[in-house]
Amino acid sequence: MDSTLIKPVFPHRDLLGIEGLSVSDITSLLDYSDAYVEHNRQGDKKKSSLRGRTQINLFFESSTRTQSSFELAGKRLGADVMNMSVAASAVNKGETLLDTAVTLNAMNPDLLVVRHADSGAVALLAQKVSCAVLNAGDGAHEHPTQALLDGLTIRRRLGRLEGLRVAICGDISHSRVARSNLLLLNRMGAHVHLIGPRTLMPAGAEHLGAKVFTSMREGLEGCDIVMMLRVQHERMSGAFIPSVREYYHLYGLDREKLAYAKSGALVMHPGPMNRGVEIDSGIADDPDISLIRDQVEMGVAVRMAVLEALAANLDKDVGGEA
Amino acid sequence: MSQSIAPRRAYVNARLLDPAQGLDEIGSLLTEGDRIVACGAHIEVPTDAETLDCTGLALLPGLVDMQVFTGEPGEEHRETIASVSHAAAAGGVTSMAMMPNTSPVIDDAALVDYILRRARATSIVRLHPMAAITKNCEGQQMTEFGLLQEAGALGFTDGDRAVMNALTMRRALSYAANFDALIMQHAMDQDLQSAGVVHESELATRLGLAGIPVAAETAIIDRDLRLVENTGARYHIAQISAADSVDAIRAAKARGLNVSCSVSATHLMLNENDVANYRTFAKLNPPLRSETDRLALIDGIADGTIDVVVSGHNPQDAEAKRQTFAKSAYGTVGVETLLASVLTLHHADELDLLPLLATITSQPAALLGIEAGSLTAGNKADFALVDLEAPWVVNADRLRSKSQNSAIEGRKVQGVVEACYVSGKCVFDLGE
Repeated sequence: MDSTLIKPVFPHRDLLGIEGLSVSDITSLLDYSDAYVEHNRQGDKKKSSLRGRTQINLFFESSTRTQSSFELAGKRLGADVMNMSVAASAVNKGETLLDTAVTLNAMNPDLLVVRHADSGAVALLAQKVSCAVLNAGDGAHEHPTQALLDGLTIRRRLGRLEGLRVAICGDISHSRVARSNLLLLNRMGAHVHLIGPRTLMPAGAEHLGAKVFTSMREGLEGCDIVMMLRVQHERMSGAFIPSVREYYHLYGLDREKLAYAKSGALVMHPGPMNRGVEIDSGIADDPDISLIRDQVEMGVAVRMAVLEALAANLDKDVGGEA
Repeated sequence: MSQSIAPRRAYVNARLLDPAQGLDEIGSLLTEGDRIVACGAHIEVPTDAETLDCTGLALLPGLVDMQVFTGEPGEEHRETIASVSHAAAAGGVTSMAMMPNTSPVIDDAALVDYILRRARATSIVRLHPMAAITKNCEGQQMTEFGLLQEAGALGFTDGDRAVMNALTMRRALSYAANFDALIMQHAMDQDLQSAGVVHESELATRLGLAGIPVAAETAIIDRDLRLVENTGARYHIAQISAADSVDAIRAAKARGLNVSCSVSATHLMLNENDVANYRTFAKLNPPLRSETDRLALIDGIADGTIDVVVSGHNPQDAEAKRQTFAKSAYGTVGVETLLASVLTLHHADELDLLPLLATITSQPAALLGIEAGSLTAGNKADFALVDLEAPWVVNADRLRSKSQNSAIEGRKVQGVVEACYVSGKCVFDLGE
């Protein structure tokens, strides 16, 4: 990677969500990530910008792809990376959250990557530690690096975000991916359609700067991008939707429903996918339509950019959280 | 004991405020021993009476707080009967209705007796236990209303839990009517609440927190109002939070039903925005709702739909609140700030003073059937001397409760209790 590349201007100590980010914050991170995409395709991927830094991945909720993506990103930048997976069952009523924070803080980490099942948990933890905190997903609240990598994926393929029409489909209610993407896409001037059954649409969704649809046919009309969300199995046994087959019939993305979108529309999914539930295998694996593999690749690049941006601020007195 | 021995005291030049008598005038209160013997502008102060000049202060009946949770028995680290009574005295509250949600639950006559004995031994104000409607507040088996009432239970409630089963509730209302007993319901449908922790709204969605719909409250209220119509019981809804609830109760009262309701002082001061940044101290049940709802609650007080303002005092230790929002405990302390909260509303929203004070004195006393909340001659001498205007900032560290979880921490309020008396005896003096 070109060592003369200008580092991103990122005036935040932590990355807790997209909510606090400006257009220039986002643009700067995406530009920087872009360079890392090329870097990661080289043979020698090792950099030393985080040499001597300690990065702890603290996952209170199990994760394979996000955790390994952060791990790889940190290692490629030369950081010492430690993974801590705290099984949900072992967490004693969240009490350990702050106890763990205090304990970890005493080990003087520089970067703390945190995932937790409760909304606001990462922000709470960030108040108690003196290192930079990255939100790797908190409850149904935010998952900022997912939104950044999705933004990067779209921008690289279509050249822009502004003016695009993006559909986010499925369980909006319980999805942090939907929230962060909605915030980022709105801020960058895209038009967002939220599509899902009423039982999976959160209160006040129509006031969040998106158009709300219950029908795929109406919601997908004119969309450049179709972003499918994972539907948790426990929500499909009559609690929120009556059955898998009804959900697939109404909201599962197959070629017939995709035809409602703009011709040449591209498909995304944050993974892990439930094939045959929210997305048809044929679509997921079709390289002309699916951006799902790109998303995974962009994930590492985005996380490298974010880690480096935050690490660059560590020795400075940088104000606000984001 | 002969009357001549009981010491007489005169509190002179005070602004006497007594909603029960419609009294708002400069005058004197005369006590003899533990009782009020005269009150008014033109009473004669005997020469042998000890006189206290109260110029510049208001003299009000001791407050009646109709909903107070404690930690005794079972969780004394949160609050004891003694500690809550000191907090109450400092807030001008001289009578409290204690909720049965302790460990064990107050669902047996022997436990009512135990609480009363503990109160006599350790409380500096009057503490009245309410007993559970159902055994262990589980919503299944009715408690012994007759025996509990005889033991001294002032009424029946499952406290912070709703009686969910409609048949159980119907039978409880019918049976309570035998004893003219008050049934107090926590209107929160647990099925509709589900995993909800805050008001269901756009803000909840932004925060990624599961919402509690208004319907979780109104579904229980609407159901119960039908049952009250059937049974003729005395029914009270504790802590309503939504405009729709005010409307439902207003309509029920217009139909002539024997229903009443209360609201917490916190719900009159704060709204859903106070939970922004996942502030667990503002996590309440029912939740803080929209500003429209808050204003409707104030209107409900103004037009008499809402009868009572309670503190809903619910002490939680620091650990219970130092959690993620979803996992933290519900509740706020408030018995010590009840009067200041209500007076602050008077100063800010221009609610008339006497009707507002009635919601924390005579009206709860009447619903609970206790001789309290009035300066009427012959009553126990329970009263407070208050600087109505004095401003202060709520600092939870300085509150007397064992727990510091105040939702209005840092808020500017008006109204300072200078002294508080129970049975003529000073139980709190700010100067000391």
